[in-house]
Parts: sequence; structure tokens; C-alpha cells
Amino acid sequence: MAAIELRDVRKVYPGGVEAVKGVSLDIADGEFLVLVGPSGCGKSTLLRMVAGLETISAGMASIGGRVVNTLEPADRDIAMVFQNYALYPHMSVRQNLQYGLKNRKMEKAEIARRVAEAAEILQIAPFLDRKPRQLSGGQRQRVAMGRAIVREPSAFLFDEPLSNLDAKLRVQMRGEIRRLQRTLGTTSLYVTHDQLEAMTLADRLVVLNGGLVEQVGTPMELYERPASVFVASFIGSPSMNLIGIGSGAIEGLTGLGTMPGVPAGRPFTLGVRPEHLDVTEGESTAGEVTLLLTVTNVEVVGAESFVYGRLGGTGPDVAVRVSGYSRLEPGVTLRARARPGALHAFDASTGRRLT
Amino acid sequence: MAEKRVVFSGWGFPALLLLPQLAITFIFFILPAAQAVRQSFFRADAFGFGERFVGLANYTSLLASADYLQSFVTTLIFSLAVTVLTLVISLAFAAAVDRLIRTSGLYTALMIWPYAIAPAIAGVLWWFMFDPSIGIVAYWLRVGGLSWNHLLDGTDALILVIVASAWRQVSYNFIFFLAGLQSIPRSLHEAAAIDGAGPVKRFFTIVLPLLSPTLFFLIVIDVVYAFFDTFGVIDATTAGGPGQATTTLVYKAYADGFLSQNFGSSAAQSVILTLVVVALTVVQFRFIERRVHY
Ligand SMILES: Nc1ncnc2c1ncn2[C@@H]1O[C@H](COP(=O)(O)OP(=O)(O)OP(=O)(O)O)[C@@H](O)[C@H]1O
Ligand SMILES: [Mg+2]
Repeated sequence: MAAIELRDVRKVYPGGVEAVKGVSLDIADGEFLVLVGPSGCGKSTLLRMVAGLETISAGMASIGGRVVNTLEPADRDIAMVFQNYALYPHMSVRQNLQYGLKNRKMEKAEIARRVAEAAEILQIAPFLDRKPRQLSGGQRQRVAMGRAIVREPSAFLFDEPLSNLDAKLRVQMRGEIRRLQRTLGTTSLYVTHDQLEAMTLADRLVVLNGGLVEQVGTPMELYERPASVFVASFIGSPSMNLIGIGSGAIEGLTGLGTMPGVPAGRPFTLGVRPEHLDVTEGESTAGEVTLLLTVTNVEVVGAESFVYGRLGGTGPDVAVRVSGYSRLEPGVTLRARARPGALHAFDASTGRRLT
Repeated sequence: MAEKRVVFSGWGFPALLLLPQLAITFIFFILPAAQAVRQSFFRADAFGFGERFVGLANYTSLLASADYLQSFVTTLIFSLAVTVLTLVISLAFAAAVDRLIRTSGLYTALMIWPYAIAPAIAGVLWWFMFDPSIGIVAYWLRVGGLSWNHLLDGTDALILVIVASAWRQVSYNFIFFLAGLQSIPRSLHEAAAIDGAGPVKRFFTIVLPLLSPTLFFLIVIDVVYAFFDTFGVIDATTAGGPGQATTTLVYKAYADGFLSQNFGSSAAQSVILTLVVVALTVVQFRFIERRVHY
């Protein structure tokens, strides 16, 4: 068990690409921290620097109070689960689990005990003598997890471990990983580009953008108070509706008074989540922000539907969540009311949160 | 993966397309092979005017000949040495080039060159370098305190043809080893590094087992090469000598047939040689393949 600390960590690849541009993070002992961001933002690079698979160009990384910048991967007391699982194809599942322990000259009895325990926890005991290619994707994933937990390392590192699984299995394994991490209490750093996975797994979330930290916080903090337009559009699905507000009136938008934190007359970006808009029939009352939309498309998901429409008929696209089955047809006009207190305001030029 | 299939309406046109290849195979491979088998049961007179059926006499006299059995031993030593030397050197080079990222194209090109050189020229090249009076390598060896004379010393001569033969074959092996190494996902190396295996341990516990299909394929290829394809190298460097020191089976078949005009014996030797290689390949498939991880 150990805390992980990153201080102004940078990575410049040979050739000049600066993939990570100064990241500082504190991961508490036993915490489950998820790194999330779009493709190419430097998530894997950051994780691999912690693992020791990439050199750290500048800054400091420590695991359990020990600076690891120059330590070999094997000496960092971490275990990693790879996207393609990286199981040794010529070894049986049992040998895969044993490999790291044998290399560390552990006693036979102890190795057997740990392998049996991991097989029990992950329900892979029936496959111990099979080769990886004789397993399904989900079973391989468990073996990859098993190889990490037999080591009993001070931290787990995951690089998109579920992205090769189908949607249903992904949800199931997501739950198992979370449960396992809670039981073992091992500090974990988890990389994903899937915001839903990030939200459900994380104790705390780190949103990366272009090699820099955009925001750090609990999933609900990021959901409720996104620090920037980038985080606002990244967390939540469908993403937050963003409407540019200039000095003049916006067609189809009524009732927008002055926003707290926004100087009057200054242009800003208004944000409101689809689930914070309610379809309403009657006229708007004073102090209520109302949007008038021309429906363009309806997505029925089952328990809920998402109605997409253009603000004022020609303005930006806005999504509205409707519970149940929406029978709205494209072309009709819809009036949606924003729930009080659910509005966000971001600086029009920097994209940072204003309120 | 989608399979590309061309459908022909009859069998006439496909047969026509196959004909040139079949004709070449028949005229240049099957016919001479059949002739060799037939000839091995006959003995031709000294002037080539007549021949008479002698049954297995060609074979029995071969197996009773000390020269022939010596040539067998020479071939075994030669083939084993060429195969091992080729595999070890080419794997070492491939592993070295695999570690490079940017310059690997240049090295790969350089490594492949020897393969484009004709066997006889390769032989002459090494013959020059090792020539006792003018060769640079022979000179270095003398400076290093080793006497070298492959014109007189049978062991020196054997070493020379082994080195020259292996040198040609390294290119071919190198390409396959490099492709094999590059098909091992990087994440496997990384997982093993995290699992506490150093570079040497990784090589023997991860890389080599995963290369075993390639290794097996190359062993078969190299043995066949050493048995048959080294004729040009031997002919250009030592011509089987001194004495019989570098007379391998294939060289002896040539010498007895074309130099001594003993066609019956030469044909019998070709047949035995072919059977030996077939047997070796079968053995290799049977016993080595079991330990190969596909
Ligand atoms: N070995 C490398 N050499 C040079 N540039 C690299 C190397 N690996 C990654 N990069 C670059 O660094 C940046 C970050 O890459 P990284 O793999 O960390 O992204 P990521 O956030 O993990 O993306 P993804 O979600 O697609 O996996 C990218 O612009 C990438 O092109
Ligand atoms: Mg990645």
C-alpha cells in the first residue's frame, strides 16, 4: 500500500512531441484515481512514466515516499494491466500468474498459496492449466487481473483494461474491478477514455487535455461544477448544451437574467445539461429560463429519450432528456424550461468557469 | 477476413493456367529425379555406349566404401556446424537490429546483401580472405599466433567452407528472425519487465519460446541448405579437398558423376542423399515440432 505523488512531471518524446506538459497529482494510499481524456491527451504516457516504461523527462514521481524516477519497472513495486492483456501466450494461466513471483525467487508454497487465492477471487480456477488463447476475452481479462493481484503490489496501474470487451461484459468487469480494489485497498491509477467508466470507478477523477490537467475532483464535483467548457462537454452523456451568449438577445431563449459571476454585457458561454431541461406546456413565468426548440431528431434509449432541436429554429443544437418514450416528431416546436440553479457560465474566450 | 475467390466455369482454362508451372516442374524436377532413380540400378560402360542392369550393386558398393562413409561424417559435421553457426549469428544480429528503431532499415538492407551474392563468388571471397599467402584473415591469424593453411590442413579447410556457407545463409535467417521478433507485441516485453525479468531472462523465457515456430522452420531450411545448396561454395573454395576433407555428400555425387564419369554410383548417391534429407525433415517435424509453441 502506498501513496503516489507526481510533481510537475513532463514527457518529451524523442522527436520533440511534448505529450505531458507538467502534471502534479497526489494519489492517497488506497485511492482509486481515474485519468480520463480524449485520445492523444497523454494518459497512457503519464501512466507509463509511473510504471517505468517511459523515462520521466522532467519532474519527480514517487511511490510510497520513494522517488522512482530512475528505478527499473521491476523495482517500483507496481503491477500493470494492459489493454491487450499482454498474457504470455506460450504459458498456461498458472504459469502466467507464477512468472512474476518466480522471478522474485519467492518460495514455492507461498506462490501456490497466492495463485490459489487469486484464482478463487477471480473464479479462474477451472482454467489454470489452459493457454490464454483457449480463453474468452473476459476470462483473459480476469487472468490479467490475477497476474496483477498475485504480486500484492503497492499500486495497480490500468491502461484501458476493458476496452477490448463487449459492452455488457465491460459493465460487469467494471463492477468487479471496483469491488476487488475496495477489498484489497490497493492504490490504483486507471486510464480510460470512456467517461462513464471513469465516473463509475473513480474515487477521484483527473481530466487531462493536451498533456495538462484540466480538473481534478470527485465524479460528482466534476459533474456539478465543471471547471471548463472542456470538462463540461467531456463529462456526462449526451454532453452539456453550450450556448454562446453575446450582447444581443438570443432567438428562442427567454428569461435569462444576469448570471452570478458574469459581469453584465460581457459575452459568455451558457451551459445546461440535457437532464436539467424539462419539457413544459404553459407559458414561462418570470425568472425562468426557457428554450424554444425546433425538433430535429429523437433518440429513444428505453427508459428515457433524448430530443434534439435547434434553438429558435436556426440556433445551436440543444438536447433535452425526456423520461420514457418520446413521441415528438421532427419539425414540431418544443418548449423546455431550465431547472433553477442548473445553469453554468464559462468565459467565452478562455472557456474557464465563471460562476 | 473476407476470402477472395475466382470462380471458373470449367476446368479447361484453369488447367491451361497451371500448365507452364507443371511443365517446368515435370521437365526439370520430376523427370531428372526419375532418371536418377533408374540410373542408380544400372552401370554404364566407360565410354557411355551401353549400360547394364546391376540391381542394388551401386548401393551396396557405396555403403561398403570407406570414402563414402567418411563423406557422410563430414557432411554431418559440416551441416551441424553451418546450421548452428547460421542460427546463432543471425539471431544475434536480428535481436540487435530489433532494438533499434530509426536506423533499422539501413542495417536490414546491409544484412540482406550477402544473400544476393552468387554462391561461387561468396566462396571466392572467403577463399581470398583466408588465402595462406595473400589473405588478410590468414595474415591476422598468423599475427595472432595461429597457423592457417586450408590448402594443406583438412580441419582449416572445413572451417573455411563452414564459415563461407554460414555467411551466405545468415541473411535469409536474419530476415525471418527479425520478422519474428517484431511480431512479438511490445507489451509482452513490458509486462515481463514489470514482472521482474531482466533482458537476458526475457530473451530465454519469452522471446525464444515465441520464436520457436520460426526457429523450427529455419532449422529445416538450413539443414537442407547445408546438404544441397553449399555445392557452389565448396567447389569455388576447396573443391572438396585437401584430400577428402571437405567432400560432402552432394560434392561427392558431383565428383563421382561428372569428374569420374561413374553415373550409376552418382545416381545412387543422389537417391540416398534425397532420402536422408526427407528422413531428417520428418524427424525434425516429429520431434522438434512437439516442443514448438504455435
Ligand atoms: N513512443 C512515442 N514517440 C513519440 N510520440 C509518442 C509516443 N507515444 C505517444 N506519443 C505521442 O504522445 C501523445 C500522447 O500519447 P498517449 O499514448 O499518451 O495518448 P493517450 O491519451 O493514451 O491516447 P489513447 O486514448 O489514444 O490511448 C500523442 O500525441 C502521441 O502521438
Ligand atoms: Mg493510451
